[in-house]
Amino acid sequence: MTAETHPETVDRELTMSRAMVEAIADEMHENEEVFYMGEDVADYGGIFDSTQGLLDEFGHERIVDVPISETAYLGAAVGAAQEGMRPIAELMFVDFFGVAMDQIYNQMAKNTYMSGGAVNVPMVLTTAVGGGYNDAAQHSQTLYGTFAHLPGMKVVVPSTAYDAKGLMHNAIRDDDPVVYMFHKRLMGIGWMPAPDGPKTPVPETDYTIPFGSADVKREGSDVTVVTLGLHVHRALEAADSLAEEGVDVEVIDLRSLVPLDTDTVLESVRKTGRLVVVDEDYRSFGVTGEIIATAAEDALADLEAVERVAHPDVPIPYARPLENETIPDVEDIAAAVESVHR
Amino acid sequence: MTTISKEKLTGFYEDMVTARYYEERLQEEYLVGKQPAFDISAGPIPGELHLAAGHEASGIGVCHHLRDDDTVTAPHRPHHIAIAKDVDLDRMTAEIFGRETGLSSGKGGHMHLFDPEVNFACSGIIAQGCPPAVGAGMAAKKRGEDSVAVAFLGEGAISQGAFLESLNLASVRDLPVVFVIEDNDWAISMPKERVTAPLDGSRRADGFDMPGIRVDEDDVVDVYRAADEAIGRARDGNGPTLLELQVHRRMGHFMGDPETYRPEEDQELAKERDSIERLKEELRSHGVDEETMESIKTAAHERVDEAIEWAKEQPKPDPDAAYEDAFVNPPSGVTDTEPEFDLAGGED
Repeated sequence: MTAETHPETVDRELTMSRAMVEAIADEMHENEEVFYMGEDVADYGGIFDSTQGLLDEFGHERIVDVPISETAYLGAAVGAAQEGMRPIAELMFVDFFGVAMDQIYNQMAKNTYMSGGAVNVPMVLTTAVGGGYNDAAQHSQTLYGTFAHLPGMKVVVPSTAYDAKGLMHNAIRDDDPVVYMFHKRLMGIGWMPAPDGPKTPVPETDYTIPFGSADVKREGSDVTVVTLGLHVHRALEAADSLAEEGVDVEVIDLRSLVPLDTDTVLESVRKTGRLVVVDEDYRSFGVTGEIIATAAEDALADLEAVERVAHPDVPIPYARPLENETIPDVEDIAAAVESVHR
Repeated sequence: MTTISKEKLTGFYEDMVTARYYEERLQEEYLVGKQPAFDISAGPIPGELHLAAGHEASGIGVCHHLRDDDTVTAPHRPHHIAIAKDVDLDRMTAEIFGRETGLSSGKGGHMHLFDPEVNFACSGIIAQGCPPAVGAGMAAKKRGEDSVAVAFLGEGAISQGAFLESLNLASVRDLPVVFVIEDNDWAISMPKERVTAPLDGSRRADGFDMPGIRVDEDDVVDVYRAADEAIGRARDGNGPTLLELQVHRRMGHFMGDPETYRPEEDQELAKERDSIERLKEELRSHGVDEETMESIKTAAHERVDEAIEWAKEQPKPDPDAAYEDAFVNPPSGVTDTEPEFDLAGGED
């Protein structure tokens, strides 16, 4: 396993989708047992560019287009994984999980435990998450909390190209099922403008980022903002604007939810005493509550103020003014930080 | 064979040219502000847009048998079906533009249109309209009513569990449901032969002991006749039918789809096989002159333009409305809401 290369030493910048695809291609070259299966992943190259170019390199036997039948092919990935292969199976939108949830949470996630460790399921479930382009309630969710809540799956959410590559290498090599949730707005797709942040230097050599290693994307002393995915970039933008007002914000990117790096979160909270958790997922029973509970359990004495910024508990609306209202933006984050900083 | 009157045929024509022009106008409006580099989150029409140009014969040929109390569930490509089912065109258009007076007050968008006045609904998740159609059929049967339910889905959806399970449930319960597969040969980038073992989807019916009918050409008259048999069977209490109708996808899967996977000949073929041109031939053979057809078309286009103009003038929703409608009877602490329109389902 190659050690994590320092990104600043690399000239080459990649979009998040290119970085993710590079890791998949590397692993496929290294290991004949790795294959990628999903809807429109071969000739189309993935609706969100998650497999762009892989068909030319590996052909239809290893980049496998499947019928629209999530139960069948996600379950088939479980079966193949239990036979020792290393399938990567893509669920086009995370919102479609309901169609195949039994295979995901009753088979993929539980078979290792129910077999007493006698079988394992070394597969990766990749899926596109996130809103912000008015695609309404069935195509815009993140559902981080849903997958992290159900035991047995490791859950990974990259926010930059550098992280996307290292986490993907780790995901494919991991002997457990990993849910790899990529935000559409971070991928660098032509038709869906991304913020500048996710395009980062990416080493050409392979490297892994261990799960459970949150990344301090910005150091600060006044307020800790814990977040993931797209909202890392929104938090960083908020932090930059607040810096002009003299508020020094630390931004922690969780990078994985299972396992969760509580040490990095607690260390920061002990330093700043003020915590804001930002999540594009629904407010109740989700990541925000989990992080705050963790801080309360282990750093209560250090906590002076807490706030959460998340999607309200309504389905994601279609019309632009409604969606702008519900999905947390830079101003919402800045306001929450100011409110705990008073 | 059912005789089809000249009036009926001109009725088909009116709906078909309405649906086609509606798609053309939506395409134009959708691209406003999204170019030169296509940006899905810009412009006056939000979100994805899946156009149904080339599918008209199916929606119109089937829905011309239906009454307002018959239920239709449509997939993510719903406009032609909605038009044929008499969904309120103005409010549907306002919904697509994300306006307050839209069918769903701007919350649903084009894949999630609901018009309870004519029992129309659609869903953006493949094949997931089938089970609710079975439920509507169940309700009609339990109440002793002769209404029927029609579930539309694409040929790419026929491998879904929800579809296959629905066929079985409708069959064992003898429910008044018609399943309509719109076969446009493409499941996004996947040609039919790579995603379904039997190319004739209507053969799926054999496994569920129900009749299966396939119409090979997208000819609205043939569709109307086949639907007559299927819907008649359902209405007479003789159970479900599976209908597969050949249509063509004139556009990409969604607006912005580069269609690099699709041979150009196939795109050309889809445009050549024009069900509207076929119907015009039929109308001519019934003695309908060009002038009459032209005036029907002109009126239909005016109706569409009016709907689009009306929709664009409608107010955008108040951001605070985002918190309403998650519940009809909101639990305490949740924003209260008065339903603006009569509720379609049960109230407590």
